[in-house]
Amino acid sequence: MTISDLKQSPSDSVKSKINWSRIEEADDFANTVKLFRQGKYDEDSFRRYRLQHGAYGTRMTSDYAMVRIKLPAGEIYPDQIEKISQLSEQYSIGSGHFSTRENIQLHWVILEDVSEIFRGLAEVGLTSREACGNSVRNVMCSPLSGVCPDEEFDATPYALATAKFFLRNPMAQNLPRKFKFNFTCCEKHGMVRMVDVGLIPQIREIDGTAQKGFKIFLGGGLGNKSFVGHQLEEFTPEEDLLYTSIAVMRIFDRMGDRKNLARNRMRYLVNDMGWDKFQNLVLKERAVVRATQSVITKLKVDHTPDIIKRPIRISDEDGGETTPDGYARWLKTNTVKQTQEDYRSVFLTLEAGDITASQLRGLADIIRNFSSEGKGRSGFSQNIALRYVHEDDLTRLYSKLLEIGLAKSGALTMTAPIGCSGTTSCNLALTNSHRLAKEIQRKFLELKLDEDDDLSDSSIKISGCPNSCGQHGIATLGFFGGGGRVGKYMYANYQMSIGGRSDGDTMLGQTLLRVPAKRVIPVILKIIEIFKANKKPDDTLKSWINRVVNGNEDSEIKSIVDIKKILEPLIIPPTMDEDPDFYLDYGSDSSYHTKTGKGECAA
Amino acid sequence: MCCLTGTVKITTDVDSLRSEIRDKSVRVIDVRRESDYKQDHISTAVNLPLANLLSDDSPERVLKLVNSMGIDDETSVVVYDDTFGALASRVAWTLEYLGHSDVTLLESTYSHWKSLGLENDSDTPEIQSKEHSMKLKSDILATSDYLETAKTRDDVILIDNRERLNFLEQHIPGAISLPYRTLASDDKILRSKEDMKRLLDNRGIAGDSEIITYCGSVGTLSGLAYYALKSAGLSNAKLYVRSFKEWKNLQKPTQKQEDASYWDLSAE
Repeated sequence: MTISDLKQSPSDSVKSKINWSRIEEADDFANTVKLFRQGKYDEDSFRRYRLQHGAYGTRMTSDYAMVRIKLPAGEIYPDQIEKISQLSEQYSIGSGHFSTRENIQLHWVILEDVSEIFRGLAEVGLTSREACGNSVRNVMCSPLSGVCPDEEFDATPYALATAKFFLRNPMAQNLPRKFKFNFTCCEKHGMVRMVDVGLIPQIREIDGTAQKGFKIFLGGGLGNKSFVGHQLEEFTPEEDLLYTSIAVMRIFDRMGDRKNLARNRMRYLVNDMGWDKFQNLVLKERAVVRATQSVITKLKVDHTPDIIKRPIRISDEDGGETTPDGYARWLKTNTVKQTQEDYRSVFLTLEAGDITASQLRGLADIIRNFSSEGKGRSGFSQNIALRYVHEDDLTRLYSKLLEIGLAKSGALTMTAPIGCSGTTSCNLALTNSHRLAKEIQRKFLELKLDEDDDLSDSSIKISGCPNSCGQHGIATLGFFGGGGRVGKYMYANYQMSIGGRSDGDTMLGQTLLRVPAKRVIPVILKIIEIFKANKKPDDTLKSWINRVVNGNEDSEIKSIVDIKKILEPLIIPPTMDEDPDFYLDYGSDSSYHTKTGKGECAA
Repeated sequence: MCCLTGTVKITTDVDSLRSEIRDKSVRVIDVRRESDYKQDHISTAVNLPLANLLSDDSPERVLKLVNSMGIDDETSVVVYDDTFGALASRVAWTLEYLGHSDVTLLESTYSHWKSLGLENDSDTPEIQSKEHSMKLKSDILATSDYLETAKTRDDVILIDNRERLNFLEQHIPGAISLPYRTLASDDKILRSKEDMKRLLDNRGIAGDSEIITYCGSVGTLSGLAYYALKSAGLSNAKLYVRSFKEWKNLQKPTQKQEDASYWDLSAE
């Protein structure tokens, strides 16, 4: 061996047991792009092909793509994080972006470089295959599955098995439209009634033995028109999980609307048909599937427990004795106790999901040194969690996070808003929702609103258009972007809704009023003020708003109309002369105008 | 070093450099700052901080510097830095421009060399001055005037090696974006020839086209790209050494990716 063959690779790094990638897809993609550029593929076929492989279009240009890397069940390993860091510097903008559906996105990638990203991902077992297009999108799982005090069992192995079963499965290559599975831990952490198939693990006593199974919700979803999902049956035993999934997809495949692309998600089918009829169909279809599938068609659920091993600290040079500034605030707003004694899960506060290449590199090391399971879990709200961090290691972890600028507080509070990519890269966006989320976060952390217990279970979610990628419909305070006009001048204007939630009492927010982009922060602060003046001692903003929208509030605020009246003076547009800044969207120094390209959600 | 067969040596691997140092058949140039050099450097290396070179990189001055480093027309030269090869590339290109043909880049950085535990010390070698000739290789240099006429030609490819966001914000019209980070592999300043060829080929950077590289200000990142192209067998390359800084100062036209707020996606 010559000395130059020496490679340094950290030996105690946990690696993914599942290889989601296929290296041959990189070559195939490169060749297809060449043929497309030579005019040998028409635009339409190429777009479908590109989306099937997880490369989405980019705002106002056909030169660039966004590559959406799937993290099935949200799991991500240190070597994968390092690779994504490198790929972001090589082919993207030097930052990666955690999405709301447990993907990491690389934006502004030159179409011809996409295959190189696939190649890099294959080195660490990741794929973007079927992250876009009319396929089974990333299968999500709660970032707390396995550690949540309220869960009945860990759904993670089932989420992974489901992802594995449907990835590249011929039955899921050309559905009428995209199809989403969310597994969760418990009712409180939710996110299962606003998706095509949502699953909560539960255990039933049947004939004296404990039987694992799921509560399954069907036909929910957020979009231009959103719906809350319906529970299929009291209890679905685990052996019926796959049959149920296949049955639902077969019905959707057969009966879904393949013509009207604007309203062909399964939720429309359920809504048009009526739930009772759809439910009946699913149960019948499941009987057929059960009777006709081969015995080898089953979910391969890997029940091997993860090894939980507290990492041996490489160096304790910073002592960990002194508590750094801001630690208590961070501990309160970014960490949760696990079922497992002495361990906590730690959520990182990102700005609308963005993270730099060097932070990713730092994060990989931090996971190796602090997570006893040796991997990260991407969450429901554009973030990432480190789990199994020993209580005794928390101050040192905080110090390490401070060093790489990832120690901001508020991850589990209202001060960490969701903002879809908006006009930073999306063809459909009307406003810069992404930057607005960052502006709100900066302002609210400055005001220390993350420390206010009354606000912690509320949420702010922002979409740059009505299509709900920012999930505004399930937010306590939700916003979606559009344009407003005074004479010949336009300005970014958000439709605001309140009272949305995604837990056991899932409901969609109710429309409140339109709020100009530059008035969103004052309007939210005003709502907090109204709430504080009228709340009962035990109220949180979420519970109070819930009473208001359901007509159960008995203070001087009886309904959302009363809130609206108080807010109206705040949203009156000034003239251009009075306040020219009002007419600029966040992040833009030129006059606002709505400009969109063709969307690819319904390609 | 032989150019007749068409294979040009761009980098020197760690093992070869070690034996060349042992054989005293090489002049090694460390282009890091003087203070870094004084701390430690590859054994026998001389120091030519890039800033020193750039303070006046006229051929006359470069000739003096080269002579003082004991380099004549026949001397085999290896250049290294600790900045992913970009600074070393700029120095190597300058030597090449002067007419020196036998100059290569160390395949990795000084940090990597040190992490392998290879020979280093803090000694400053005694150098006997030599006489180098001056045969300017003007076909590897692009000036703004040259670029302005060249880029209207179909067979010229212009490559911008700055980071993607800078490119989106503003670039020379017609340029394509190939950020410098793309050129390296995990522990080498340049990817393998096969990888490089595939990357460039995907981008349509192939064949006999004339290729001009540029970056932000002094031709370092684009210097690395110049060598990356050559390593992939694309020898018809030129460096726009004064790069985008000069282009902007001259108020020449630029292009921008419009109607998107990409900066707000950055977590910086």
